[in-house]
Amino acid sequence: MRIFVCVKAVPDTAARIKVKDGASIDPSGVKFVLGPYDARAVAKAISLKEAAGDGAEVIAISAGGTKGERDAKKRIKDALALGADRGILIPDEASENRDPLEVAKALAAAIKAEGEHSLVLLGRTAVDDQAMSVGPMLGALLGAPCVTDAVGLEVADGKATVTRAAEGRQQTVELTLPAVVSGQRDLAEEKYPKLKEILKAGKKKIATFEHTWGDSGYTVTALEPPPEPVAGKIVGEGPDAVPELFNLLQNEAKKLSF
Amino acid sequence: MSEFVGLDFFDLDDMLSDEERAIRDSARDWVDRELIDSRLIEEHHRAGTFPKELATQLGEMGYLGVTLPEEYGCAGLSYSGYGLIMQELERGDSGLRSFCSVQSSLCMFPIFTFGSEEQKQRYLPKMATGEVIGCFGLSEPDHGSDPSGMETKATPDGDGWVLNGTKRWITNGSIADIAIVWARTPDGIRGFIVPTDTPGFSAPLIPGKFSLRASVTSELIMEDVKLGPEALLPETTGLKSALMCLSSARYGIAWGVVGSMMAVFDEALRYLQSRTQFDKPLASFQLMQRKLVHMHTELTKAQLVSYHLGRLKDKGECKHYHVSFAKRNNCWAAREIAKLGRELLGANGVCDEYQVMRHLMNIESVYTYEGTHEIHTLVLGEHLTGFPAYRG
Repeated sequence: MRIFVCVKAVPDTAARIKVKDGASIDPSGVKFVLGPYDARAVAKAISLKEAAGDGAEVIAISAGGTKGERDAKKRIKDALALGADRGILIPDEASENRDPLEVAKALAAAIKAEGEHSLVLLGRTAVDDQAMSVGPMLGALLGAPCVTDAVGLEVADGKATVTRAAEGRQQTVELTLPAVVSGQRDLAEEKYPKLKEILKAGKKKIATFEHTWGDSGYTVTALEPPPEPVAGKIVGEGPDAVPELFNLLQNEAKKLSF
Repeated sequence: MSEFVGLDFFDLDDMLSDEERAIRDSARDWVDRELIDSRLIEEHHRAGTFPKELATQLGEMGYLGVTLPEEYGCAGLSYSGYGLIMQELERGDSGLRSFCSVQSSLCMFPIFTFGSEEQKQRYLPKMATGEVIGCFGLSEPDHGSDPSGMETKATPDGDGWVLNGTKRWITNGSIADIAIVWARTPDGIRGFIVPTDTPGFSAPLIPGKFSLRASVTSELIMEDVKLGPEALLPETTGLKSALMCLSSARYGIAWGVVGSMMAVFDEALRYLQSRTQFDKPLASFQLMQRKLVHMHTELTKAQLVSYHLGRLKDKGECKHYHVSFAKRNNCWAAREIAKLGRELLGANGVCDEYQVMRHLMNIESVYTYEGTHEIHTLVLGEHLTGFPAYRG
């Protein structure tokens, strides 16, 4: 069994983000980490590999730059320190705001070049651009069935049984391998990189896959903080305030109509 | 998720390798989640108990005996890497770091350095996983700074030994499976591996500590403890063997207390920025800034000292007086910073909702153990003048 896990370098969710040039995240002084959903996907891949036994392999793959803070190679190393066997880097020094379709094409090309693949795992979204698109696109490009938002995944007899969290219900889907699965946090328990694995990761191989980046017609034109919330208004207390509240909702906010 | 931000005024991070940063970050995350965010440390600090369940978790993370070779189940890590782990553990709590210091530097180190191959194979792999816990018996009720006056005796008995005596201030004593005990023999002071279930051996807890409450501190009482020949650490030759262990542990302390300072500084800065008095943030007052700047300066200096000490030790050029310098300076700075941090948090500083007071209480032990501030002053005094003032 060969499992690919796609990972992305994203700003730490605790970092304070500043905008640069009107449309991108200013990476200076920002700590970048392995995407938190991706980290769970890596943890799941490792546990599937351990369950499968000999011959199973986990390959961490990332498209991105290697200069400065936003370093895809370091995030591949994080995955290796969690127990992945080797890595593939698709260099992209202009990765900020890259079209998700182009990223999916690059990942698909790198995965196809490796030949056999049983399963491609990734986080449900990258916490920076929150596009949530690469997983399903990758499924389409690889011609493989895809399930998003998985919270459970088991593999047996050439099939993956995926539990996915849907609004107000849980759905179980059976997929014939190879398949693409994007995961929620609950897909796996968090793993900490253990000391010996970190030391071993330094000796694991990270291959480079060159990709010619195209333009599918996707441009991020602006990035700004969300609008400031409008200040609340207290119109009074208790039942006496209801008529005024009703009046404002109907006539000022225009949220009530009959 | 913890909002902790590690102070790095002089970009020391740039001097660390990617691997060292990964090791530090992983330890930081582990401590955040398992000890701080889970409030496990508060619970044990209040109860005055050691979170024993962490022993095997520490082993699983690889934090026990980190510098020893892989053939004994350890990581073979550099001393700088070891220091960074100690820093992060003590950012959580000095008690947790003390557990690791004792296990790694005071028990695994002497077995590795002075033990037979059989002893190494028997104990080290299980100590690396946290399955076997060790303690180190050197100090006695009447001999703290002057261990050369020790009264504990090992008398030859057939091809084995009989141990009699009392040790005091022994970290991990009551939870240990083995004790590395130093005793007088006809050939001078030697070290012994004593299984704690040997008849005649007991380890009562020292109750009522205000400091290192989440760590076990005990007496070791030995009354006609009969040991076989395999208990002796064959390569120990006098008190200097025991002092080598201490030098290794003190190295870890010099790093560890930097973590305590980072925790206090981070908490104090956050507090000053968020709390308002007289319609202004506390951080905007000159008196507050003065204290904060003093804390920042001493912390930054301590970080530079421990970083450089690590690099020296990795090159094999670290002398015992370098370690004394770092232990003395950094523990003093940590005590100063914890005290100021407590002041900056006002009344909130005395509650365990915040960390400062726990660190302040802990540092009182750390300042005193493993060579008091005064003893390290005299070590440096001897280095400078050639006169060993502690020898009268």
